[in-house]
Amino acid sequence: MERSQPRRQVAAMKQSLFDQGLLDEQFIQLEELSDDANPNFVEEIVTLYYRDSSRLISSIEQALKERHTLDFNKLDTLMHQFKGSSSSIGAKKVKAECTLFREYCRTGNAEGCMKTFQQLKKEYASLRKKLEAYFQLARQAGPMETACRPK
Amino acid sequence: MDCDGVVSGVRMGEASEEVHVLAVDDSLVDRKVIERLLKILACKVTAVDSGLRALEYLGLDQHKIPSQSNGFVEGLKVDLIITDYCMPGMTGYDLLKKIKESSTFREIPVVIMSSENILPRIDRCLEEGAEDFIVKPVKLSDVKRLKDYGVGGRINKRKLPDTTEPDLSSSPPSDSSSLLSSSPSISPSPPSIIDSPIRRLKMTTATHD
Repeated sequence: MERSQPRRQVAAMKQSLFDQGLLDEQFIQLEELSDDANPNFVEEIVTLYYRDSSRLISSIEQALKERHTLDFNKLDTLMHQFKGSSSSIGAKKVKAECTLFREYCRTGNAEGCMKTFQQLKKEYASLRKKLEAYFQLARQAGPMETACRPK
Repeated sequence: MDCDGVVSGVRMGEASEEVHVLAVDDSLVDRKVIERLLKILACKVTAVDSGLRALEYLGLDQHKIPSQSNGFVEGLKVDLIITDYCMPGMTGYDLLKKIKESSTFREIPVVIMSSENILPRIDRCLEEGAEDFIVKPVKLSDVKRLKDYGVGGRINKRKLPDTTEPDLSSSPPSDSSSLLSSSPSISPSPPSIIDSPIRRLKMTTATHD
């Protein structure tokens, strides 16, 4: 029974991440792909996501520096890629910011793009910290039914 | 990127149990996810990051006319191709067309993945011969649905690319040869997925998951 406390903490943390609207069903889908041979699959994917998407973030940042001559097509293409990866890990809020950004690209709204991108970066960084904490706790709690669905 | 390379050796007359899927996606994250999904269903996976690399892997040099290109790579056996739609350079649709133009590979089921649920896009792909269309993000249930194409199932008979194989349309549907065998045993896919001969030809072998 001593092991139930960390497990409950993990479940509670996960519930919180969902309640905050940070994660969606896809995250659970990925958790269900873990097994004894691949116990940390989600963590690996999330780590990969942050590593891989950092170059996209940089590219978008660079492209936004053009200020008055923004290439909205290029920005949209970059964001499409970033949105795809974010969607694949279940990063709900980040994904929403991506959608908003793309809308501003479509309407050629430079201000909107820049503001949204700042917000996106905040969400992206915040999620990373929260997931790191979650994975650390999950690893401490040991293998469990990690794919328990939040309410 | 994650190319396993050509399947080893020409194994004449020997049955291979594993379904081999060629996955094409420019996103590293998505490649890892699809790879995991397929491996859970006991498939061998070769993941590449572009349509061009997929064609290279299949031996279809893009500078040759696909219909004239033999595309025969010694020992290569691909049972299913699953590709992202939006990719820089060659889109999944372009790749689909090239595969369907190839006499060697046109029988291989091609599944398209896309983050955008755009009906005209889906129709276009199905009309071009895609067997199925998956809206991203891809889940296990999406890939399990591909079981009809042999993913996650046990395949009894495997044949290497051999143009002298008889057309399945002239043999009874209960023929136990895998509908995913590399021999041209499947009639060309019609536009509608419901009418797809792939779906009509149910796997007679037991599937396990």
